[in-house]
Amino acid sequence: MLKKITVTVNETPHHLEVEPRLLLVHMIRELLNLTGTHIGCDTTSCGACTILLNGKSVKSCTILAVQANGKSITTIEGLAPEGGPLTPLQEGFKENHGLHCGFCTPGMILRATELLARNNNPTEEEIRWGISGNLCRCTGYNNIVKAILYASAKMRGEALPSTEPEFV
Amino acid sequence: MIAQSFQYESPGTLAEAISMLNKYGEEAKILSGGHSLIPMMKLRLATPEWLIDINGIPGLSDIKKEGDVIKIGALTTEADIEHSDLLKKHFPLFADVTKLIADPQVRNVATIGGNLAHGDAANDHPAVMLALHATIIATGSGGKRSIPIDEFFQGFYMTALQHGEILTEIQIPVPSAGTGSAYHKLERKVGDYATAGVAVQLTLDGNDVCNSAGIGLTNVNPIPLRASRSEQALTGKRLTDETIEEAARYASEDCSPSSDLRGSEEYKRHLVAVLVKRMIRKAAERARK
Repeated sequence: MLKKITVTVNETPHHLEVEPRLLLVHMIRELLNLTGTHIGCDTTSCGACTILLNGKSVKSCTILAVQANGKSITTIEGLAPEGGPLTPLQEGFKENHGLHCGFCTPGMILRATELLARNNNPTEEEIRWGISGNLCRCTGYNNIVKAILYASAKMRGEALPSTEPEFV
Repeated sequence: MIAQSFQYESPGTLAEAISMLNKYGEEAKILSGGHSLIPMMKLRLATPEWLIDINGIPGLSDIKKEGDVIKIGALTTEADIEHSDLLKKHFPLFADVTKLIADPQVRNVATIGGNLAHGDAANDHPAVMLALHATIIATGSGGKRSIPIDEFFQGFYMTALQHGEILTEIQIPVPSAGTGSAYHKLERKVGDYATAGVAVQLTLDGNDVCNSAGIGLTNVNPIPLRASRSEQALTGKRLTDETIEEAARYASEDCSPSSDLRGSEEYKRHLVAVLVKRMIRKAAERARK
């Protein structure tokens, strides 16, 4: 039996009728055509499907669309206004080569968005633990960590760290 | 992967949820965080016909102190536990354990009630609750029932919860002064189940004599295991290298790990002994502060 739900996605309310077994990630990608939220492992491991649900980062492959009824969702498409300035994290990823193939990037950025909302001055270790539920199969973690450090400095209004690539 | 079709209900009160459980019978499952259940449903290892989502029921996610007892609501998430000052103050092991449970996104959703009600010896909270001598509160149509943690885990994925009952609260005695606790598990990577895990809570007097000990073991037994002989080996004794060694040996003998991709039985028994020693020392260090 279809269930009627109302979800606010990127500040736009949507009234949908969904099967209870519909996963949130499929609702986002297939019913709302917001394909920036990716499906990687489909087993709660990789974090590519990470979105914000009422401000908390969650893996949308392991939540039912009906569980989001009455809640607010932010996907990667909702972070910066169309044509407007990037968020500090998006800018950080751009400036620090924080993405290689880009597949993990939306999940990384949404996870880091909550991380920095809780703590805008994390240590490198806190960042690495903070993104421990997100896999980058290009193994580009060093630049991802740099990107998050850059964004945290920007959010605190402090001098921005160097964006020169490291050769190791 | 898509789960088999099911009907979904989201009751607003506990009474409603319990009457739905009774109405739909064995084909109904409770949905709390869903981070064990939904993956099982996607793999079709679980195929409930009804899901009863209890997240809309108010009052099930508080952490509070009432007299000598800390009460944790069943819907409290791992992230709430991680950030609770009350739990940090009384039980340093919660900071150890929450950091090692799955990953940050999962901890935002997964609940302590679900972790326990799932009845999986590979989960971390069963061993923690054994060490802390917790009591499980189950609510059914006849009201509330207290289940001592030692009677809660009854078999492989089997608990003392009866059909029509919902795990609603966990109660933990507030430890006396001179108590410390610690948890560690060895995991191959973030999000893996424990190769082995050990939870310890100790109360020491001023002369380092152990007045009480609680030791629980993760994923080295078909059901979550209290290391009773290890606890007895410490209780009433001064903590010395010899008593700690004896407690560790008993735990490694009394558990029953199976050989798998995470290691051989022999390796896991060795690991249990090492972790028991380390967690006793860490809990003792915290107890002396």
